Amino acid sequence: MAAVSGAAGTGAAVSGLDPVAVRRDFPLLMAPHAGGRLVYLDSAASSQRPRQVLEAMDDYYETTHANVHRGVYAIAEEATRRFEAARHAAGRLIGAARPATEIVFTKNVTEAVNLVAYSWGRANLAPGDAIVLTEIEHHANLVPWLMLAEERQLELRYLRLGEDYRLELSNLDELLDGAKLLGITCASNVLGTVVDLEPLVAAAHDAGAVVLADAAQLVPHRPVDVAALGVDFLGFTGHKMLGPTGIGVLYGREELLEAMPPFLGGGEMIRDVRLDGFTPNELPWKFEAGTPPIAEAIGLHAAIRYLEAIGLEAVAEHEDSLTAHAVGRLQDAFGEDITIFGPDPALGRRGGAISFAFKDLHPHDVAQVLDSRRVCVRAGHHCAKPLMRRLGVQATTRASLYLYNDEDDVSELVGALRAVADFFA
Amino acid sequence: MSGLGDVYRENLEDLYREIILDHYRSPRNRGELATPPAHRAEGFNPLCGDEVVVYAAVEDGVVTDVRISGQGCSISQSSASMMSAAVKGQPVAEARRLLRAFKSMMSIHESSLGGEAGGVSRARGGEGAVEADEADEPAPVDVESLGELAALQGVVKFPVRIKCATLSWNTLAQVLAEAEAGGAGTGAEAVG
Ligand SMILES: Cc1ncc(COP(=O)(O)O)c(C=O)c1O
Repeated sequence: MAAVSGAAGTGAAVSGLDPVAVRRDFPLLMAPHAGGRLVYLDSAASSQRPRQVLEAMDDYYETTHANVHRGVYAIAEEATRRFEAARHAAGRLIGAARPATEIVFTKNVTEAVNLVAYSWGRANLAPGDAIVLTEIEHHANLVPWLMLAEERQLELRYLRLGEDYRLELSNLDELLDGAKLLGITCASNVLGTVVDLEPLVAAAHDAGAVVLADAAQLVPHRPVDVAALGVDFLGFTGHKMLGPTGIGVLYGREELLEAMPPFLGGGEMIRDVRLDGFTPNELPWKFEAGTPPIAEAIGLHAAIRYLEAIGLEAVAEHEDSLTAHAVGRLQDAFGEDITIFGPDPALGRRGGAISFAFKDLHPHDVAQVLDSRRVCVRAGHHCAKPLMRRLGVQATTRASLYLYNDEDDVSELVGALRAVADFFA
Repeated sequence: MSGLGDVYRENLEDLYREIILDHYRSPRNRGELATPPAHRAEGFNPLCGDEVVVYAAVEDGVVTDVRISGQGCSISQSSASMMSAAVKGQPVAEARRLLRAFKSMMSIHESSLGGEAGGVSRARGGEGAVEADEADEPAPVDVESLGELAALQGVVKFPVRIKCATLSWNTLAQVLAEAEAGGAGTGAEAVG
């Protein structure tokens, strides 16, 4: 793979990863846009995908498409083999002990959380039970619980935002006391805050709570090991990690998944159906009703191979140094005119999502003028309205970094922000 | 403005016409009116947090005064400012005509979305959805009759910004409805 480089290319951060070489694998990033290069700084919303992913999906459709787990003919068996190989790759990526049973394919991480809330939640939570969430969650890990809380009269408790945009943990034991579940993000899509999960998981388990981790912003960027983290459930989403849309993953510890009732009903998820009842299928198919996203799983597998070939350690190192560089450049260039909502990279590890307020301009206006310079950033509430309220803003502008971004992209962002300032001066 | 190049520039300048930037920098009719006798309604765009509060005094079928407060992006705030200038002093019937004409100018048609023929002509939905307000099909609009308001026409090319431009007008519709219903009062409702 061209992008895996030992030689440092131009513009590379001090690591084994050469972002310029990486970019060559991404057709969308290489295509001219209105005569120039696209500066894509919105990977926290959705990443781009390398041609290896697109080719894997095309190859499946062109050579061996058939429904899985059914046909006894050769191409159907090959389709099944590729689909199940993707499951194993996803499991290995996050260190699942038993990928064959513990990895459930979903549509995205949102569906993974809904699956847990619906199936585990309805089987295990009764009126008056408490669950603990955090105020930095994405709506995906809030609304399913709000829905269940309404239905089951659950008590919702929240870890709050504390110093340096990290979670306030001083009242952790109090919040966990008697709680049945801790639902927590691994890394904030708004602040870039990376949560130090291990002690939280240990405290939750001591209190008898099950832990669901939203790893949508972690798995694409850093090595993850569910055994080391100790989490019971962990979800992530394909389109943020170089894979296609329409595929997500739920990891669940086998004992828990085994004991849970099915989520959606239909074909695939049953062993037997009678006119007066049904017997659910084995894991993981019990949770995969209907024809699954086969090509998407195969594309995700290619994305995982791509990331593993580069190495998630190298990705993390590259993003760490680029994030520190970007935060520094923005602060040097704009001083008081910019407020960054997120941890200081000098004080510890943080992710590459950089949310900010620029002058007194509305994020939509900022993003619109950045677009005129081909700089793609996100403006809005980032599906984290409670967090926006906590920050006291309606919306933020967010630039987010990934393995194909480099210092040139940061320079483009800084230059484009100068143009924004001029435009609205 | 510096450093804006190529085809993007054209679109951007279409969106942010000088007159729009002027209303953004020096908004007209900022402030509040006592309620009663004036009427007040709040409009809120949950997508991006734009917020517009419209105060209107209506006497003998004439909008005698309008005041605007709130906060948000340049399009929502300048549109509110332009709306206030356009309807202040006008008969309610004329304000309603402008409202209809403006909303019609702002409505998206299939062609502008690049949709296939036979597709759904207007999207409705959650984040990223485009304007899909009225069930009743708007009449073709005479842009000339909108005067300065026509400057906002360029917004149609940016579907997610349409709600920003129509927010103050939807809020005006609420205020007028309230004034018409008689009693002076306060309306607060998400408009979107
Ligand atoms: C932290 C986090 N959780 C959940 C999601 C939802 O991802 P998806 O829309 O793929 O389900 C996102 C992405 O927007 C996210 O950043």
